[in-house]
Amino acid sequence: MNHSKAAAAFLADQPRVSWHDQAVWAVRAKRDLQAHSTPGWERLREAAAGIKAHTMGRLADYLEEFEGNATRNGAVVHWARDAAEHNRIVLGILRARGATRLVKSKSMLTEECGLNAFLEANGVTVTDTDLGERIVQLAGVPPSHIVMPAIHLRQDEVGDLFHRLLGTPKGLSDPTQLTAAARLHLRERFLACDAALTGVNFAVAETGGLVVVTNEGNADLGITLAPVHIASMGIEKLIPRLDHLGVFLRLLARSATGQPISAYTTHIHSPRAGGELHIVIVDNGRTAQLARPAFRRSLHCIRCGACLNTCPVFRRSGGYSYGYVLPGPIGQVLAPGADARAHRDLPFASSLCLSCGDVCPVQVDLPDQLYRWRQQLGDAGLLSLRKRAAMKVAGWVLARPWAYERTAKLARWALRVWPRRVLAALARPYTVDRELPEAPAEAFRDWYRKHRGRGPAL
Amino acid sequence: MSARDAILAAVRRAAVPQVALPEVPDAWPAVRAGTASGADLARRFSEVLEQVGGTAVELNGMGALAAAVADLPAARVARESGRGIVSSVPRLAISTLVIGPDAPRARLDQVELAIIPGRMGVAENGAIWVSEEDLPHRALPFVAQHLAIVLPRGEIVADLHAAYRRLRPPLPGYGVFISGPSKTADIEQALVIGAQGPKSLTVFLV
Ligand code: SF4
Repeated sequence: MNHSKAAAAFLADQPRVSWHDQAVWAVRAKRDLQAHSTPGWERLREAAAGIKAHTMGRLADYLEEFEGNATRNGAVVHWARDAAEHNRIVLGILRARGATRLVKSKSMLTEECGLNAFLEANGVTVTDTDLGERIVQLAGVPPSHIVMPAIHLRQDEVGDLFHRLLGTPKGLSDPTQLTAAARLHLRERFLACDAALTGVNFAVAETGGLVVVTNEGNADLGITLAPVHIASMGIEKLIPRLDHLGVFLRLLARSATGQPISAYTTHIHSPRAGGELHIVIVDNGRTAQLARPAFRRSLHCIRCGACLNTCPVFRRSGGYSYGYVLPGPIGQVLAPGADARAHRDLPFASSLCLSCGDVCPVQVDLPDQLYRWRQQLGDAGLLSLRKRAAMKVAGWVLARPWAYERTAKLARWALRVWPRRVLAALARPYTVDRELPEAPAEAFRDWYRKHRGRGPAL
Repeated sequence: MSARDAILAAVRRAAVPQVALPEVPDAWPAVRAGTASGADLARRFSEVLEQVGGTAVELNGMGALAAAVADLPAARVARESGRGIVSSVPRLAISTLVIGPDAPRARLDQVELAIIPGRMGVAENGAIWVSEEDLPHRALPFVAQHLAIVLPRGEIVADLHAAYRRLRPPLPGYGVFISGPSKTADIEQALVIGAQGPKSLTVFLV
């Protein structure tokens, strides 16, 4: 399904759209408060972008440095070319220890790899332990936002879900009480788990350490209670030095949720006494994206979600309208890299208002990349027949002043004399949610001729 | 070719241009100019800590600590319910539960209140650096229903840049910045304190 069709389904429920729009915008407003009250914010963004650009230029060296240090610290480092290899490695680690109960904290990478479904099919019980992730897992749907996975659900929907699956009283929808119920349910899972899997926010080459950030403490509970910790990370999570964390951590939570820092910023350098630490480093299309100069800066992304929260399209179309594991502007520039044909309409689901580029803490040039994808998808012949035909005609007309003048005249005349209904039908789908303009009394060209005499030929 | 070599080769083939590493920006302007005193930092730290849901308690020296801890609601709950109090603060021997590196999970789950040392506070975000070197078990600050951290007032730095200048490698096997109690806003963006970890955080500034 393409974006506009999927968005139409979301838009059918107008009260929900308004509520979603406001809930997400409120997070953007909180981000603004933090950004504006942090001295040197723009310098921080520049430094972050510079560190990422430098890291990408020497990524292979930093990966090797990281691997060496992490191994010396007692971790086991694995490499996975793609999602299937990543999933096999994780299953292999679990099988070798007879582990069947896995607790998992937030990781967009494992969503990308379809890890949960794969493990469940192989007899592993996976419990997502971030509350939002647990909610969407129980609901049987993917996250609709990269930081707030269940942002599309109302509290009474969560209440119904918990009533059905966790046995909370019918009609209970108070967030505090629902969270308390989930706490008890998840505590049982933590106490009984065989292994914990986390994502990785930053991997430090200089020390071989991992940094994982949460507000709930769910990653820490899993890592510190389970005998085995598996950390899954994309190759782009590397940063060169420990003190670079100061730059990224000052930006991350402020951009994501408007907090000065997340509640827990965990630095893992070695496994717990008697335990194991496995780090799975994953490519899955990242080196291909790195090889595309026009799009490689998308690998700077630290998954803060700010570009989603500010996006007027995301706020009103919801995360599921994108049909890709990452929604919003960052998803729109990564998805065509993963599968250009399947996601060819995504770069067009944007008004190019540029807001995403302005809020991005690591200065990913999102609007430019959206624009460039449009060109490249067009050149590759991947646009729909209708869009291609329209572009052909428009290109022909706009390249010929006389043709443009005649077309404009015809349009003004039609707007004046033809019935609106007929015009609207002709101009669909443009007119589905839009009024056609009134015809101007006079074309600019005519006005110019009248007032400036002959002037330069137009 | 192994997956490792294939990935590294693909990264090198991408031939990303090399650019110099930028300087890490310096600390808060106020601090660079030398205008933020220790008292300013402690005040800012306490303010932000309250904003993130924690409570700051100023104490006059370690002598007042035992009484202040005994006064915490969580300590009362522990006494009345028979659940555990665990202290890993030197000279604060009030533990009612023995937690070692091999403590079984069921026992860790008995901890009502944990009191642990903090090594450094960060004024800009109310975070406290906790190192596993000060913990009898890594899980202690997370499994406890309530957490108290004892932080020397003189160990508060302005911001994370300053913090990482002090946290030079090598780092402990496990170290964490804790800023406030465990929290979530995953149900309709309503802030709820006490998600999976501690339901409260008290910081004793000594
Ligand atoms: S692209 Fe930038 S704004 Fe969007 S999620 Fe990534 S880091 Fe955040």
